Amino acid sequence: MIWLQFALNGLFLGGLYACIAAGFSLVWGVLHIISMMHGGLIVLGAYVAFYSYEWFGIHPFVSMLAAGLIGGAFGYLVQAHLINRVVAKPVLVTLTLTFGLDLVLINAMLLAFSADFRTVVLQHPLGTANLGGLFLPLDRMVAMLLALVLIGLVYAALRLSRVGRAIVAVRADRDAASLMGVAVARTYAVTFAVSAMLAAAAGSLMSVVFPVSPTTGHLFLGKAFVICVLGGIGSIGGAVIGGLTLGLLESFGGLVFGPEHALTIAFVLLIVLLVFRPEGIMGRKGF
Amino acid sequence: MKPRDLLLLLAAVALLAAAPLVGGNYVLRIGTIMLMYVALALSWNFIGGFAGYPSFATAAFFGLGAYAAAVARTGGVPEMFAWVLAMLAAGAFSLLLGIVILRLRGHAFAIASLVVIEVLREIVTSWEDVTGGGAGISLPFAGATPEAIAAFYYWSMLGLAAVTFAATLYVARSPLGFGLRCIRQNEDAAGMVGINTLLFKIAAFVLSGAFAAGAGAVYASWTSYIDPVDAFDIVISIKAIVMVLLGGAGTVLGPVAGALAFMALDEFAWRNFLELHTGILGVLVVLLVLFLPTGISSFSLPDTVRRIRRRYGQAARAQAR
Repeated sequence: MIWLQFALNGLFLGGLYACIAAGFSLVWGVLHIISMMHGGLIVLGAYVAFYSYEWFGIHPFVSMLAAGLIGGAFGYLVQAHLINRVVAKPVLVTLTLTFGLDLVLINAMLLAFSADFRTVVLQHPLGTANLGGLFLPLDRMVAMLLALVLIGLVYAALRLSRVGRAIVAVRADRDAASLMGVAVARTYAVTFAVSAMLAAAAGSLMSVVFPVSPTTGHLFLGKAFVICVLGGIGSIGGAVIGGLTLGLLESFGGLVFGPEHALTIAFVLLIVLLVFRPEGIMGRKGF
Repeated sequence: MKPRDLLLLLAAVALLAAAPLVGGNYVLRIGTIMLMYVALALSWNFIGGFAGYPSFATAAFFGLGAYAAAVARTGGVPEMFAWVLAMLAAGAFSLLLGIVILRLRGHAFAIASLVVIEVLREIVTSWEDVTGGGAGISLPFAGATPEAIAAFYYWSMLGLAAVTFAATLYVARSPLGFGLRCIRQNEDAAGMVGINTLLFKIAAFVLSGAFAAGAGAVYASWTSYIDPVDAFDIVISIKAIVMVLLGGAGTVLGPVAGALAFMALDEFAWRNFLELHTGILGVLVVLLVLFLPTGISSFSLPDTVRRIRRRYGQAARAQAR
């Protein structure tokens, strides 16, 4: 029974991880850049949720919409005006640029919100349901379900909408897409906006689970990377599989070795995987 | 190395070594930090500059060196031996790590090297018996006067920076440097003409790891207290990268010039805008990447003037229309 309980905890965590990684993976796959700002955007979303609850009493499950909008708008502007200037340069250039932007974002958040760790303490938590000996933390469960719904919406948008098809086309072949009349620079900006929206919304959901401070962003960034490599880069399905895998792994790893070693376990697994199956669990596939 | 270069290097070192005779403690503190970053920038230049591999592991090696030296010191190992031991340990670590993660390229390598920092910090924090955990570790204090201590660590850092520089100069002119430059330009082609690319990359990574660890080891003795957050700070990696980019990657003098220029700016930001320090560093990085992607050496005044004139000319014409 305890194994089942830990599996459940892992899946709840994994849903949130999938949401973090989906946006990161999208930008990596389509723009070929690693967004070092991803962790910062998650933290930004968590702060939107925290202050919405503190000042207006808006539940994080509702304010995730606001967080997503703010994050998305911010992402669009940053990509359209700054990153697009160097988007085709080598990795080190784009990576250093997004790191510089992340430093500015972190400094701004430190000034605005201080370095204290914050977490949303719900006044009316949903509590836990007892399912024949299994404890279901309902708030976490709802957070996971919302995260998966959000990922599903983005997936559907990529498949069905014009903008979504443009994103997929640019991912497949930038030059060909450009010849077919896709506005590549604008598509890049939209892609980054979607990624930033997912990050901020995930941060908002996370604020119920994890304490957050402006400097915790790198932890989330590390997890997003591990998930992307686990699942395969640039695919939403891969991010979901990778996220759930990491959630389960951290849960059982914590049970066996102690929770403080979660990232180490994940990294060791990552190295093993990179040596034996470099294309990820899901392999290289499109959207 | 040509005799003339050796002579120039010795002259520069001798000149710098005279600083404690004229400068006060403040000058020596700034000088020590500057020399530490010169060593770190040069150490990153092996893997990031010559081989063109975007490594973020500098902070991991720095922290590993600091902790290896600190643990050796608390075990009673004499200071210099502890430093050498730390460099050897980090060299061995980067060898093993390199065998695995140097198979990756580009983005994947970059982030794998980044996660190494977080993992080492996690291990050091949870391994309380040896490392003191999150509370940090204090090193035995050498009972000399503050002036003597300041001068000693300044000279130690100078020695490390000089050795790292000499190694860079040697590598740049050796077959190793040639092979690494080939790898940077086109790794597959380099492999095709018979360069053992994995071996060359590992050699660069080990050099990078050992020298960065040396800087960490001397730093630990100098500050006589380290904790996991301070020692495994990713900003160390970023600073080293930005310095090398600023000065010119894959060159010999570029990292040194970049480190000195950057530290001067950094010190200015610290003194005048303490609260905004990280933000200013970030803006600096952004401006550097957007406007000087190949370093200070790519800056040419006539070009810039022409560009600005063209842009404003366009705007004026657009307005007139």
